[in-house]
Amino acid sequence: MDAIRADHLKKIFGPVTAVNDVSITVREGEIFGFLGPNGAGKTTTIRLLTGVLTPDAGTVTINGIDIHRHPLEAKMQMGVIPESSTVYGDMTAEQNLQLSGKMYGMPRALREERIHELLSKMGLAEKRRIPVRAFSKGMKQRVSIACAIIHRPKVLFLDEPTSGLDVQSRRLVIETIRDMNGQGSTIFLTTHNIEEANTLCHTVCIINKGKIVAQESPERLKKMFDTTQSVEVSFDRPVTQDLFKGGGIIRAEPCGDKWRLYTDNPDLVLKYLVGRAERESIGITSLTTSGPSLEEAFVQITECA
Amino acid sequence: MMEVPLFLRGIIVITGKNMRLYYTKPPVLMFGLLFPLFMFFAFFVGRHLDLVTFFPAFLAMMLFFTASSVAPLITPWEKREKTYERLLSYPVTQDSIIMGDVLAGAIFGIGISFLVWIASLAFVPVSITNLGLFFLAFILGTLSCAALGTLLASPASDSPPNVMILSNLIRFPLIFISGVFIPLQQMEGLGLALAYCSPLTYMVDLFNAAMTGISVFSPLVDCCVLAGVSFVFILAGRLIQKRNMMKGM
Ligand SMILES: Nc1ncnc2c1ncn2[C@@H]1O[C@H](COP(=O)(O)OP(=O)(O)OP(=O)(O)O)[C@@H](O)[C@H]1O
Ligand SMILES: [Mg+2]
Repeated sequence: MDAIRADHLKKIFGPVTAVNDVSITVREGEIFGFLGPNGAGKTTTIRLLTGVLTPDAGTVTINGIDIHRHPLEAKMQMGVIPESSTVYGDMTAEQNLQLSGKMYGMPRALREERIHELLSKMGLAEKRRIPVRAFSKGMKQRVSIACAIIHRPKVLFLDEPTSGLDVQSRRLVIETIRDMNGQGSTIFLTTHNIEEANTLCHTVCIINKGKIVAQESPERLKKMFDTTQSVEVSFDRPVTQDLFKGGGIIRAEPCGDKWRLYTDNPDLVLKYLVGRAERESIGITSLTTSGPSLEEAFVQITECA
Repeated sequence: MMEVPLFLRGIIVITGKNMRLYYTKPPVLMFGLLFPLFMFFAFFVGRHLDLVTFFPAFLAMMLFFTASSVAPLITPWEKREKTYERLLSYPVTQDSIIMGDVLAGAIFGIGISFLVWIASLAFVPVSITNLGLFFLAFILGTLSCAALGTLLASPASDSPPNVMILSNLIRFPLIFISGVFIPLQQMEGLGLALAYCSPLTYMVDLFNAAMTGISVFSPLVDCCVLAGVSFVFILAGRLIQKRNMMKGM
């Protein structure tokens, strides 16, 4: 069964069609990345999928439960982390989690146990009795995430969970997402961090101006849009452009203390470089090849649409 | 249906959250507690009026202020803090949120007014001729005022001060046109016609019926009017809030 299924969703705000005929299927156990430029309709789509907003047209089912007809049962299945970390500032971290546990109808003993576990996992155990108002952005976000996963939801929605966080907080968030996924939860997340989507998601979906423009695995998406690959090389002494004439190199760009060489055939380039270096007695100090970037694919897709 | 227990649970949890978070907020203390006391001193004490005769009106006014001051704060406050969105993503609906707001206002109103009534027993020799009717007056009065509070909370605004100002612009006239300060028997013409428009008039009348046995309308009429306006206020508030949600958060 599909964990999330949306059919022909539409949402209009006055003159703006924020979401225009969007259909999405997310398989159970998948990490689904939802990408798009600012104002593309990501947040609106999440609000429609989680029953916060009512669509002007279209249907949503969560684990087969229609969210419009059975909103409470459908919402029991899911955890939601909205765009801005929305926790009660006047309550402590612990009280926020208590409230969340009660909302999901967790019995007291289970609630206490889970709160204890989550507070220490999120590094908040010592600050459990401080009002959340005094927390930093990253700490608030951790409380927000803990509130959403307290009942071990089958489907987890995250709207830009890592934006504005420092490296440690971001790692913690990513780790938590992987963890939840490892325990069988389906994850739906939006992000502006393409590298993050690339390493984390099984499927990436790109929305632009309210319409879905691509939906593929990150690797396939990259291949679809750019066949050019690159080789990065550095030498033990300065070299000129002349060195890179031939050997299947399309273009060479100096790039810090390295050169970036674009090619359709990295194999040929490597052999050529090694041969030339040996003949001219130049030492190669580093050599890496990289595939097409998802970022490049993203820019191409959203620009041409 | 599986959803009914979930729905009821949502209302209870939301009511508890509202009680814990909003009873101690300054606007609630200001407009819910201090104002009725000021009004009491300004209008009753200084004028050497017979406290016993005016006590039912005072109690109704107290109930009106307390019960209707909580709900107008909650929704704009939560929209501003963005907790409204999270709240809606929990297993609740807009209806559970509205009912939770009504209940939190009603419990505040009943609690404070009850305390005032108990405390006043020491100073004013208030009597009650019909205890059943007295409690009915408490419940229906508080329900209609809390329902009015929810209606006052429905403008699409995330600014608590603006909503509080608007709600006071509506609440004060409702008091002045009602039979709180002038007994209905002494009103005539336009004043009387206006008094009929304020739900507070029927509350005062019902408290009079319960405490002194003398009322202008029959208690049944008072009860029906109060139940009716509660229903209409909640329905109207619900309609407006749903329409706002269709337009966006
Ligand atoms: N409540 C609302 N009222 C009016 N217009 C809205 C509302 N919410 C969103 N919009 C409009 O809908 C479009 C999509 O907005 P949305 O917030 O879904 O974008 P997004 O992809 O989440 O952007 P971002 O990356 O900046 O978070 C935008 O043009 C926005 O102005
Ligand atoms: Mg957004």
